[in-house]
Amino acid sequence: MSTLEIIFYALSAFAIVSAIMVLVSKNPIHSVLWLILVFFAISGHYVLLNAQFLAIVNIIVYAGAIMVLFLFVIMLMNVKVDNEPQKKMIVKFIGALSGGSLLLLLVALVKQTTQLEGKQVLMKEGAIGLIHPLGQALFTDYVLPFEISSVLFLSAMVGAVIIGKK
Amino acid sequence: MTILALDWGFIIEKLIMIAIVVFASLGIALYTTFGERKVAAILQDRPGPSRAGPFGLLQPLADGLKLIMKEEIIPNAASKWLFILGPGLAMTASLMTCAVIPWGSAIDIFGRHVELQIADVNIGILYVFAVVSMGVYGIMIGGWASNNKFSLMSALRAASQAISYELAMGLALIALLMTTGSLSLKTIVEQQIQGHWWNIVYQPLGFLIFFITAMAECNRTPFDLPEAENELNFGYHQEYSSMKLGFYLFAEYINMIMSSAIMATMYFGGYDLPFFNEASVAPNIAALIGVGTLLIKIVLFIFLFMWIRWTIPRFRYDQLMGLGWKTLIPLALFNMLLTGAVILAKL
Repeated sequence: MSTLEIIFYALSAFAIVSAIMVLVSKNPIHSVLWLILVFFAISGHYVLLNAQFLAIVNIIVYAGAIMVLFLFVIMLMNVKVDNEPQKKMIVKFIGALSGGSLLLLLVALVKQTTQLEGKQVLMKEGAIGLIHPLGQALFTDYVLPFEISSVLFLSAMVGAVIIGKK
Repeated sequence: MTILALDWGFIIEKLIMIAIVVFASLGIALYTTFGERKVAAILQDRPGPSRAGPFGLLQPLADGLKLIMKEEIIPNAASKWLFILGPGLAMTASLMTCAVIPWGSAIDIFGRHVELQIADVNIGILYVFAVVSMGVYGIMIGGWASNNKFSLMSALRAASQAISYELAMGLALIALLMTTGSLSLKTIVEQQIQGHWWNIVYQPLGFLIFFITAMAECNRTPFDLPEAENELNFGYHQEYSSMKLGFYLFAEYINMIMSSAIMATMYFGGYDLPFFNEASVAPNIAALIGVGTLLIKIVLFIFLFMWIRWTIPRFRYDQLMGLGWKTLIPLALFNMLLTGAVILAKL
């Protein structure tokens, strides 16, 4: 095994274990903290793919900003293990069933896709995740979707301000 | 075994460098606490710590020993692991910034060409920004894990303050990036050495915004709302004792050193000594002079931080939020537009 492969498998194991811990943890605060670790592991994968910009933006936006807001809300609502309402057995059963079928569907889809056959992930190569090529692509080839999504963000901000004023 | 096909010399070089930078930062932080007390004493017209050693120079060691020897208390109602994790995280996050700061040009030692920077990543500034946004977790986790409502309130204050001021800081940085065109801190310093002026000349408003937000991110007075002792007892570290408390207090000083280093690097030429021709002395000597120059710039910034702390009273909470959202962010946006317009006009 090369060093790259060892790092890849270690990061993947780290990501999967943390993701399972997000679900298993009884305390919502612990779940959020495990989720932050998942984002770190995914950022590690981005670095392996030579996408440093995406890696750091993933940390800044998800681990740094969004998760802080999650923590904020959970801390303010003071969600505790003992006063959390327990779901009924039937609801749990339906949840497991629908989640399981979604997983089955996704696995079947990935297995059937011909575009993925015999393909290997490029490690340490490709430059689309670096800031200069990504900026070029966003502001030339994809400028319309980029601008439209910025309008979406603006409308979300205006909405937040209006809700805040009430 | 292909795993051994690494450049071990490189790894050892980097490990030595990390050790030097981390221990140097800790040492400087230790004496920054002493400097803080001396500066406060001078500004308040009293002698300050003077008993331990000549001029009281051994005082920080005595303080550190006192913190370590004190009894370690973990409250019964606290969530134990997170209670321990909090101060560790605060310390780690504040030390992580030093990885991308270029401390000097490069020295040749034992036939190796050693860059005086731990990692010259092409996203240096964004890395700093990510680490800054991680710093708030140490405070939030510690405040929540203490299971004390004053700690929690103070942690929430700290988090909202950090988030509010991060925005203005990011916008100030974007304006700087527009002029430099690079995210690598090393490249930014090289540009300032080769160009005629330091970046402060091109970005005075950006620097002012960055300085204010840096002060807020370090939770220094007048932005020390999270520690407002007369409304929140002591702040997010109220339940902490012994060296865990020491870690929180120490992390603040390390944050101060790191933000001074970042400001010196980005706006004040980094390790560039003005009116001095580096080619006139041996390269190694020139590199060491550069390191010394950067350290002097850092010390000057730290003194500025202290001067402000002991001169200006604390903001009220609504004033703090008003300054962040209604003054600094519009100013930073204006600065960004202005920079963009100037760059367009020069094209």
